[in-house]
Amino acid sequence: MSGEVAIDIRDVSKRYGPRWALARVTYALPVGRSLLLTGHNGSGKTTLLRMIATASFPTAGKLMVLGQDSRDDRQAIRQKVGLLSHASFLYEDLTATQNLVVLGRLMGLQDPEGKANALLERVGLKARTDNPVRQFSAGMRKRVAIARLLLKAPTIALLDEPFGELDPAGIEQMEQLIAELKAKGSTLVLATHQIDQGIRLTEARLHLENGRIVEAA
Amino acid sequence: MQLDIPLSILLLIIVLVGTQIFVPSIRKWVWPAIAVIAVGMLAVHPYFALVWAPPEREMGDVYRIIYVHVPQIQVALVVLAINAGCSLAYLMKKSWVTDALAEASAEVGVYMGSVAVLLGAIWGKPTWGVYWDWDPRLTTAAILIVVYTGYLTLRRFVEDPDKRATWSAVMGIIAFVNVPITYMSVKWWNSLHQKQSSPKTVDPQMVWVLHWSQVAFFALMTTFVWHRYLLAKAQREKEVALPEALPPARPEAA
Amino acid sequence: MSRPGLFGTLLIVLRKDLLIEWRTRARLNALIFFALATLLMFNFALGPDTVLMRAHAAGYLWLSILFSSVLSLGESFRIEMENLSLDGIKLAPADARAIFLGKALGNTLMLLLLSLVLLPATIALFDVHIVMGVPAFIGILLIGSLAISAPGTIYAAIASNARARDVLLPLLLFPILIPALLACVKASTLVLQGDPMNQLDSWLRLLLAFVVIYWSIGFVLFPRVIEDD
Repeated sequence: MSGEVAIDIRDVSKRYGPRWALARVTYALPVGRSLLLTGHNGSGKTTLLRMIATASFPTAGKLMVLGQDSRDDRQAIRQKVGLLSHASFLYEDLTATQNLVVLGRLMGLQDPEGKANALLERVGLKARTDNPVRQFSAGMRKRVAIARLLLKAPTIALLDEPFGELDPAGIEQMEQLIAELKAKGSTLVLATHQIDQGIRLTEARLHLENGRIVEAA
Repeated sequence: MQLDIPLSILLLIIVLVGTQIFVPSIRKWVWPAIAVIAVGMLAVHPYFALVWAPPEREMGDVYRIIYVHVPQIQVALVVLAINAGCSLAYLMKKSWVTDALAEASAEVGVYMGSVAVLLGAIWGKPTWGVYWDWDPRLTTAAILIVVYTGYLTLRRFVEDPDKRATWSAVMGIIAFVNVPITYMSVKWWNSLHQKQSSPKTVDPQMVWVLHWSQVAFFALMTTFVWHRYLLAKAQREKEVALPEALPPARPEAA
Repeated sequence: MSRPGLFGTLLIVLRKDLLIEWRTRARLNALIFFALATLLMFNFALGPDTVLMRAHAAGYLWLSILFSSVLSLGESFRIEMENLSLDGIKLAPADARAIFLGKALGNTLMLLLLSLVLLPATIALFDVHIVMGVPAFIGILLIGSLAISAPGTIYAAIASNARARDVLLPLLLFPILIPALLACVKASTLVLQGDPMNQLDSWLRLLLAFVVIYWSIGFVLFPRVIEDD
């Protein structure tokens, strides 16, 4: 399995209006490895993660995920990629369980409610399963997002600033999640400002500045 | 009123398209030439329309507004069809050319359509007694203007150029498909009430002046669209930092 | 584990939207009262001449539905923009066309519900009798709701991403809906007052054509609206 390329970024550029958010980025990440993505705000980290998740597509160049083109085979890629983003993807008026169940149903899972509740319990939210997400604090929403990612059980996990808004218990949970994903052999891309923490959890590193790779290790 | 396309318009279109594709050397002269044709034809147009053409049997001289009203509405429809074509083309293959042309044609269409509707209302007062009597064609034209004004508003309110192009293309298709449906529905809705009056005579001199008007306004529309297109294209280039299609392979030295 | 197809996805999206409406039914109540208030305003603004009111009742009903539709359509996408939930659904993955069908169907049901609540109010306020029977009238309400929802869903998706979205949606939607509005009002009036010259058929066919055309356009073009390419 190792030796196969999970994410193959070939001379990818992304333009928003007049600005190049990503400029001629080329990188290949093998399956099962974990990558630390660093750079200031606006350096292109989020743009890159969203592109790997096929939420957006390159203006130029080609992005291959697990051997498939991100634009042409997006539905197949979306089944295997999970994105933990700034936005929570949650419906404010539904409960945490109901939110997860929507994803579970779209994935075709058996007993989505049971699985959702089990995961919410794991992230310490069991007591709140009847309240709408609107009433949740930022930290609690992050936990729901973690549970959502666990439900997806992706082959490639993309984490965009996952440690923001978390208390120490939440941070520990996040690190557990990352450890679990790595143990399962998932490929991981972690974008974070907490560089020391990030280095501990990953094997490779990519530093972006103004949409370009400045350092790759 | 028949919608006959005079041979000359067909010829003009063939010349236009032909030179653009096949004869690059005179390509850049085509547009100024058409502008000159437009101005020239419109300069003598008042003489033909107001003096040379005979008065109509029933309406006397009031009918003469036909020579500005009808060509403008016909040309407006043609230019909005161009918008529909560009919208479809953009959705099939992205290009700033089709996007700029879509913007230009919508704007010229709204302008000419508005003038045509205004003239229609002015014509209405002496002939119907009222400025507006819900005549199906005029009503559909008025609705069309509101629809495409909405299109232009959408373009103005979307900041990102790529999203603007895609969403207005979607809207362009919806708007154009709506035209025949609107016309039919207004016609049925109004058929229970009035009937329209239009000149019945087809004196050859009148037909000739009408053809002259159609070609003149078509040339005018082409000139307007061409210049508006150039403006839109320039704006696009500024917005997306064209013509640099790609950032340089290496970042520029500070 | 078998993923839902187009139809299954449509149902999941529909069910999710209906669940959210149910959980926020205070908002739905407010919307219903807004629609009733609008109907009342027409009543007051256009005077107490009962003959006139009876003749134009269908017009006022459909205008009230139309004005309320802007609010419900706008809300349908506001909830998707809040936390980029639409992206979350899209990336699940879910076929964008199924998302369109699910949301448009949800909007249709909401409009139908609204119009069913307005129906007794219309009968009372405008003193009308439904000559062709209530089921026929409800049929028109259903087709009309379908007609409003298809372009409404497309435009609501676009407007929710643009500036001045509150004013943009009605500006884009209303002119496009004019044929449907005409047909709904004419058909409703015929159902209310009787159809001696058998005109109902042509209006229904126009409405049906409108519904088929715009649901097809929505099905094909909605992915271009919500996907990045």
